Amino acid sequence: MILSGTAHKYGKNVDTDVIIPGRYCNLIDPVELGRHALEDLDANFVKKAKPGDLIVADTNFGCGSSREVAAVALKGAGVAGVVAKSFARIFYRNCINTGLPIFECPQGVDGINDGDKITVDADNGTIRNETTGKEFRATQFPPFMQELIARGGLLRYVEERLKEKASAGERA
Amino acid sequence: MPRPMTQTEKILAAHAGKASVSPGDIISINLDLVMANELSAAVAITEFRKIKGATKVWDPAKIALVPSHFTPNKDIATATLSKMMRDFATEQHIENYFEIGRGGIEHVVLPENGMVGPGETIIGGDSHTTTYGGIGAFATGVGSTDIAAAFALGEMWLRVPATTKIVYEGSLQPYVSAKDLILRTIAELGVDGAIYGALEYTGPVVRDLPISGRFTMANMAIEAGAKNGIFPVDAVTEAYCAAVGKKNYTVYHSDRDAAYERTVVIDCTSVEPQVALPWLPENTRNASELSDIDIQQAVIGTCTNGRIEDMRQAAEILKGQKVHPSVRAIVIPGSQKVYSQCLKEGLAEIFIDAGCVLSTPTCGPCVGGHMGVLADGERCISTTNRNFRGRMGHVKSEVYLTGPYVAAASAILGHIGGPQQLEAAKVVA
Repeated sequence: MILSGTAHKYGKNVDTDVIIPGRYCNLIDPVELGRHALEDLDANFVKKAKPGDLIVADTNFGCGSSREVAAVALKGAGVAGVVAKSFARIFYRNCINTGLPIFECPQGVDGINDGDKITVDADNGTIRNETTGKEFRATQFPPFMQELIARGGLLRYVEERLKEKASAGERA
Repeated sequence: MPRPMTQTEKILAAHAGKASVSPGDIISINLDLVMANELSAAVAITEFRKIKGATKVWDPAKIALVPSHFTPNKDIATATLSKMMRDFATEQHIENYFEIGRGGIEHVVLPENGMVGPGETIIGGDSHTTTYGGIGAFATGVGSTDIAAAFALGEMWLRVPATTKIVYEGSLQPYVSAKDLILRTIAELGVDGAIYGALEYTGPVVRDLPISGRFTMANMAIEAGAKNGIFPVDAVTEAYCAAVGKKNYTVYHSDRDAAYERTVVIDCTSVEPQVALPWLPENTRNASELSDIDIQQAVIGTCTNGRIEDMRQAAEILKGQKVHPSVRAIVIPGSQKVYSQCLKEGLAEIFIDAGCVLSTPTCGPCVGGHMGVLADGERCISTTNRNFRGRMGHVKSEVYLTGPYVAAASAILGHIGGPQQLEAAKVVA
């Protein structure tokens, strides 16, 4: 999968409260949530972001709440992926589970400016800054997570585990 | 001989059916309890319905559902989320559903009902699920799809965290509580200082901490980015388990030669009452240095500081005093049991006489939901756990985190200050 769009760059510790404020946590619909994505960090984000754009951020992106709607809101706003120096752990899991592509790449973050055009090959983790011509490699996911993503996400994995358990139960 | 392990590693190994685990291993663990509130449950239930082959939850007795965040429901949208969870509890025969009026905030309710214990593995659809590390459990917060998967399987995959040991040396000064220690710790580590890791709280000072203080400190492990925070199990833990009727648990102790990623020593003797300034919990100062910061609201309670011991600390300061004319003080006992205890001990009367709002248990203001949302430019001193931008309302409102003593003293002063500053102000007056 190739992701290609404009980079919207933010700093450290972008927390889930600014990704989707608590006052909108009574929403479930991705499109409705998307209308408020990053509202308290950058009120113009939703206006300026085009579908397929990417977020580039410093360390600890997505810190704070376990609210899965944070990942969903970004997807709802049309964000194709997030490149950061590091991710907070619950947000990291939520992205894998909801299918929002994320890439850990400290050099890439330093080598991308706000507004640069970037292209990310989600399969091999290559991040290319089309504006400067520089290329970066994201940290690989551990094999287990790669398999989870390849299988189509956590719920497909659960379905397979349920089948395994059922057949093990039948044998026992 | 299995390799020497920390308490966290031992619990995880035992629940993965392994003799030992090492940091970085990706394992699947069996879960002893899966918790959700109305916000995380609504999404989890939606996801659970999508799992082919899953019509029933794996074990209704090991699931707890607690409406807490926007309760009593503030609008139709949140009432709908609560209804989804309530209906699911009925459909799936989940008995551990804590209706409002019989429950409260999950992280206060579950321990006091004997639902969490040492050596257990607990996940919750709330980042402050780390609270249960206070009793010596492995407990961590996850998102709703992970909760849906756990509803179906009773299992979760995770990466074994490396443990950071925090050693609390010295002794506590007057009016310094567990909240001050954890704020100091987060300042020391940074908000991502323990990212993906485990925190183990040790040392002479924590040995003397009541279980309520341990819950307060474990609660905020996530604010340093940690996966879990855990306390050694000792006589205090055992006494608490006996008091709440928690039985059949396994005690795991860290091996003496266990490997730690890092050891941080905190000299508690030098710790004063703390306040974390906007916009991060690591942005900590001494309360005594902040007397020029006026406040318009004070919140005392929540999953971090909503236990009876916290209510007693606040009441000790507010007794016979009046909340400053320009301050709204909102006291929120963490559960119906704590609320009831406040009445029995006369604390409720102290709060009401002082001019506080005494609220039914709710997460309300902490998440900017209801029951104390802030307007443009307003400041709140709060015993909650997050002071992110817009956390409690308007994007230009501010939250200052502290413990119950300072929150109560500030409510009376009208500006930030601890009990010592309040005493000094009385002398001047």
